[in-house]
Amino acid sequence: MEHLIRYIIDNDILVYAVMALIPLFLWVLPYALFAVWMERKVSAHMQDRLGPMRVGGWHGWAQTLADILKLIQKEDIVPTAADKKLHMLAPFVVFIGSYAAFATIPFSSAYIGSNLNLGLFYIIAVSSLVVVGILMAGWSSNNKWSLFGAMRSAAQIVSYEIPTVLALLAVVMIAGTLNLQDINTMQGGWFWNWFIFKKFPFIFIAFGIYFVASLAETNRTPFDIPEAESELVAGYHTEYSGMKFALFFLAEYANMFAVSAIGSTVFLGGWNSPFGNFLGGPIWGVFWFLSKGMFFVFVQMWLRWTLPRMRVDQLMYISWKVLTPWAFVCVLAVGAWMMM
Amino acid sequence: MPATLLEQVKTSTGRALRSEEMIINMGPQHPSTHGVLRLELVVDGEIVVDVIPHIGYLHRCFEKHSEAMTNYQQVIPYCDRMDYLASMNMDWAYALAVEKLLAIKVPDRVEYIRVIMGELQRIASHLIALGTYGLDVGAFTPFLFMFRDRERILDLFEMTCGARLLYNYIWVGGLSHDIPPGFIDKAKAFCKYFRPNIKECNDLLTYNEIFIKRTANVGILPKDVAIDYACSGPMLRGSGVDFDLRRDDPYSIYDKFDWKPQIGTGEVGTVGDCWDRYMVRVREMEQSLNIIEQALDMIPEGEIASAIPKRIRPNPGEVYVRSESPRGEIGFYVVSDGSGTPYRVKARAPAFVNLAVAPEICRGYMIADVVAIVGSVDIVLGEVDR
Repeated sequence: MEHLIRYIIDNDILVYAVMALIPLFLWVLPYALFAVWMERKVSAHMQDRLGPMRVGGWHGWAQTLADILKLIQKEDIVPTAADKKLHMLAPFVVFIGSYAAFATIPFSSAYIGSNLNLGLFYIIAVSSLVVVGILMAGWSSNNKWSLFGAMRSAAQIVSYEIPTVLALLAVVMIAGTLNLQDINTMQGGWFWNWFIFKKFPFIFIAFGIYFVASLAETNRTPFDIPEAESELVAGYHTEYSGMKFALFFLAEYANMFAVSAIGSTVFLGGWNSPFGNFLGGPIWGVFWFLSKGMFFVFVQMWLRWTLPRMRVDQLMYISWKVLTPWAFVCVLAVGAWMMM
Repeated sequence: MPATLLEQVKTSTGRALRSEEMIINMGPQHPSTHGVLRLELVVDGEIVVDVIPHIGYLHRCFEKHSEAMTNYQQVIPYCDRMDYLASMNMDWAYALAVEKLLAIKVPDRVEYIRVIMGELQRIASHLIALGTYGLDVGAFTPFLFMFRDRERILDLFEMTCGARLLYNYIWVGGLSHDIPPGFIDKAKAFCKYFRPNIKECNDLLTYNEIFIKRTANVGILPKDVAIDYACSGPMLRGSGVDFDLRRDDPYSIYDKFDWKPQIGTGEVGTVGDCWDRYMVRVREMEQSLNIIEQALDMIPEGEIASAIPKRIRPNPGEVYVRSESPRGEIGFYVVSDGSGTPYRVKARAPAFVNLAVAPEICRGYMIADVVAIVGSVDIVLGEVDR
């Protein structure tokens, strides 16, 4: 025991643990609370409604808190025929998968969870863990609708990872590194230094591909087929209740921000101010980073409340016959341009 | 291995499943079966091999109830509850049947008010059909926009008869109340307000690329199949059959107005696909607005009920009268034995008949398409099960 404690202290493991929790408590949880409220408000205002107005006073700001309290109190129902271990584990796997991605996202020039050389690669790899969790959830629920949702989700996320990675690869070729902090530093100065404006229009197209594909990876409309409410009731999380359901929900919102953050880091300068040194520096960097990320979170909400849902075969068509070939074109064109 | 696993699984119609097929049960509690319809889907992966609808979860013995009433007028509240999204048209159809049995003519003002109410109800009903159809294919916002507009129509109804859903307004021989003062102005204001909103709905949903992809060339109902299955209403007209009872078997005063039945054109796909059935409803709303505006201008003064006794005793006989409800041909077959109660009331419910063709056009599509097809049939289970 003493040996173990000494080992922990000597190797700064506690420091790492605390460092790892900073994004969770300082950003992911408050963000999720805010984003759920924001989603309600955005949808409500798009639909001529007011949305939550009562809880907490000002525009129902405490609605999500109240919902979380409700979810905590709820009975945790596990179907009799479910595979209990998998059923219990699945939401955690999904959440870990989406939260682990935050480790190498640079929040500002002074703060990054872990400045890995393979940062971008790590994110792509670790976010694939989500699929495993979703499959676990769908399979263990022992419900045909859940299984349908899980199978759709697995097919969808795996397919869309290819255009996502290819689109990011186009930038990595220019940057010559997978380290996200370095990628950010290279885009310093005015906004025309952002990678999205380099090798015009190929990186621009790559950004479009990345954004569309990331919508599919986070299961958002028009690609919310795994949880298609009007077809599959709720997809893979049909049989979940209480906090386990909340974890799925939290993971979805965390994922929404993660893909937006990666998009803004890689293509849009991340924590760099768009206007040279105007409001520059590490503190304002957090502001720029978060506002770029939140903007794309908003765009995701906007799309969700505007567009209908694709069908599963159309979804596959878009991935394999539209996005992937175009992503290849971008990679090849950028490569050729660099050789010239 | 337990013995049960070795047994051959069969569908409720007795067909044995092949090994790659699976039965999934859609409904009666499902977000997009529009009530308590239960569909037994035989699927091969995502492809639907067969659909077996199971109905009757909302059966309330309407027809038998009608025989136990003490008065012909007492049937009307039950008619309200048949197609609860188009109660006015249900009441009207029943009133038409009994009036034919009595061989009476209602005053002119009554006819005009009935047409206005019937067409407002048609718009309200189509708004729900289109809105929920948007929900079925995953678009949430158009649904609320359409509810917002329907709310205005319900306000007009509320102002007339106090009720917002089940009106009991159109009675045999007349109406329960005259329209209140100010109604005509408000109805005109509504027409003016609503016309641009149809365009908004088209911009947001109808011509949306994804929506077209989901509905065009899906669930194609050919003309001859539609006629063979006795489909009616937008379902039949969507397949390109130019048949509308308001024109082809005119009742009330529809021949006085300038309007045109709308048929499916296959504008973005094939004639008779889901998009056509959807579009027929959109265009019908415009035509209904035309009728309402003309009727509001032409409405005469006069009585709101014809002189009939409180307790009607029609001569023995039987009638079948049909009219055009938002969902198609609603027909009432009423038999009188000369007493004060109907001897037999039988309703020919359009959604019930239209639903029968759904399995025929669902086969071979995907699960998501079944939702789109059933949505485009526009069923109301209150009327299917009665």
